[in-house]
Amino acid sequence: MPQILVEGLAKTYRVAEREPGAWGAVTGLFHRRWRTIEALKGVGFSMERGELVGLIGPNGAGKSTTIKILSGILRPSAGRCEVDGLVPWLQRVQHVARIGVVFGQRTQLWWDLPVIEGFDLLAAIYRVPPAQYRATRDQMVGLMRLEKLLDQPVRQLSLGQRMRCEIAAAMLHDPSILFLDEPTIGLDAPSKLAVRDFVSTLNRERGVTVILTTHDMHDIEALARRVIVIGNGTILADSPYEALRAGVLAERRLCVDFAEDAPVIDIPGVEERARDGRALELAFDPAIIAAPTLIARITADHAVEDIHVDEPAIEEVITRFYQLHGAEEA
Amino acid sequence: MNALRPYLATFSARFQLMLQYRAAALAGFATQCWWGGIKVMIYAAFFGAAGAAAHAPISLSQTITYTWLAQGFLSLNPWTGDPDVAAKVRTGAVGYDRLRPVDAYGWWYVNAAAWMTARAAPRSAMMFALTGIIFPIVGLGAWAWAPPAGVAAALLFSLSMILVVLLSSAIVMLINICVAATLTDRGVNNLVAPVAILLTGNLIPLPLFPDWARTALFIQPFAGVVDIPFRIYFGQLTGTMALAGVGLQVFWILVLGGLGRLWLGRVMDRLQVQGG
Repeated sequence: MPQILVEGLAKTYRVAEREPGAWGAVTGLFHRRWRTIEALKGVGFSMERGELVGLIGPNGAGKSTTIKILSGILRPSAGRCEVDGLVPWLQRVQHVARIGVVFGQRTQLWWDLPVIEGFDLLAAIYRVPPAQYRATRDQMVGLMRLEKLLDQPVRQLSLGQRMRCEIAAAMLHDPSILFLDEPTIGLDAPSKLAVRDFVSTLNRERGVTVILTTHDMHDIEALARRVIVIGNGTILADSPYEALRAGVLAERRLCVDFAEDAPVIDIPGVEERARDGRALELAFDPAIIAAPTLIARITADHAVEDIHVDEPAIEEVITRFYQLHGAEEA
Repeated sequence: MNALRPYLATFSARFQLMLQYRAAALAGFATQCWWGGIKVMIYAAFFGAAGAAAHAPISLSQTITYTWLAQGFLSLNPWTGDPDVAAKVRTGAVGYDRLRPVDAYGWWYVNAAAWMTARAAPRSAMMFALTGIIFPIVGLGAWAWAPPAGVAAALLFSLSMILVVLLSSAIVMLINICVAATLTDRGVNNLVAPVAILLTGNLIPLPLFPDWARTALFIQPFAGVVDIPFRIYFGQLTGTMALAGVGLQVFWILVLGGLGRLWLGRVMDRLQVQGG
């Protein structure tokens, strides 16, 4: 029995359209034209307890809408969804008591309250028994190294400090599922690492089920064993991370610095990607020509100063994947 | 007790937070003194005009006490929605509110109650200290906030003031829901404020309106925020009429609270969370 079950989830919005200009504003008072936007068109997947799944897709793909429906904030237009046997939007109060949610672009703590008072207030709102609250809080404070931040008002924290507090805050009532919507957005490298480390620990040691959306592919690389790619409101792929990478990303790169101006290389299965004076970047398919063979052929014909094999950046892979499926942002 | 824990904790946190704004409290108090002074002088001139005082349903000293009470408890008037709700709706943070395992209406309601009482507490205390204690001492007794008509009036006034908070919060909730439905607080605040100022009796005490309008003004919900408790205070509303006044407050709390609860449920079903 999966912990999260989603079938044929659809969400449409109605947006009022207006003719441009002042006259449009006036006619809009009497007659509105409505345009329907399909944010989700039949999304379906399931997740087992303790899984950590990365949800990726371009802006406007429907990631956040999916998270908002799963967490009980939005009511879908059609489809089925059960989380731990509860329908989020029908049994909202029961459901939200069991989940933790972090939106990277918002704060759930109180701007003017010190962090610790925000934690206390959340514990009261979730009716966490005092002894259990103290234990969980101390554990989170230790894991996220928040000791020095607890007395500071939230508005004085840096984004990285705040995000660590936000995730700790989402865990105070000991939820079994954690929804993280772009938790690393805008963070510096050490803060990103701290957040990834924390999420990974929660998943591994506490068995928390995690759904993570992000635009940072390093988050996915570091955390998610399974990736769901969403675009244009539908699921484009749902596979292990390695499979996704291998499928779209068989290609390798060969970067060569020649002793003279870079020559034109004409070998089957090899394409020129970039050239800059004596430097040349080639793309090749290892299934057609193996790296050692290619290197041997180039060094046999030309004087080479430096050479190395590279993999395309994950961002590039994903962009190609979106293009392949026509899922670029509309 | 555990069932009420989220609401009590929220009330106390918001109350303490609002109390921090001391500069706002002082500025508000100064403004309220200024307007109170102007109103008191206008009423003095009005009552001084030939024949007016003889026909007036309330006396000049009652009108003055009414005015200071109204100025002191101004923050309990439901003129606008809760600014926190407006900010949350504008930024989309309202989504987080949906993630709390609490009754949505009850939670915003205690927030509204805390927001209003925390502002009213210091302002009314300062107003009473100035116009109720210092004025008589310095010989301005004729212009002072007079003590209540008697023990019974004082007790019933206390009960009625608790109902003021409950009723006013229910009206603020209707404004909040309108803000959530329209995604802005500008329109509804501009619409409600003048209506509330007039119908509560804050601008002109309701007994000074023409005779033909008086019953209608007494039974409409805004009277329960200013007019009913204050007239109980100085003994102009006594016996059956006083009980009827308190009964009307309870009636409107139930009706407007029920209405808000139904409406909020519908608005939240249609909610579209901004951004992200």
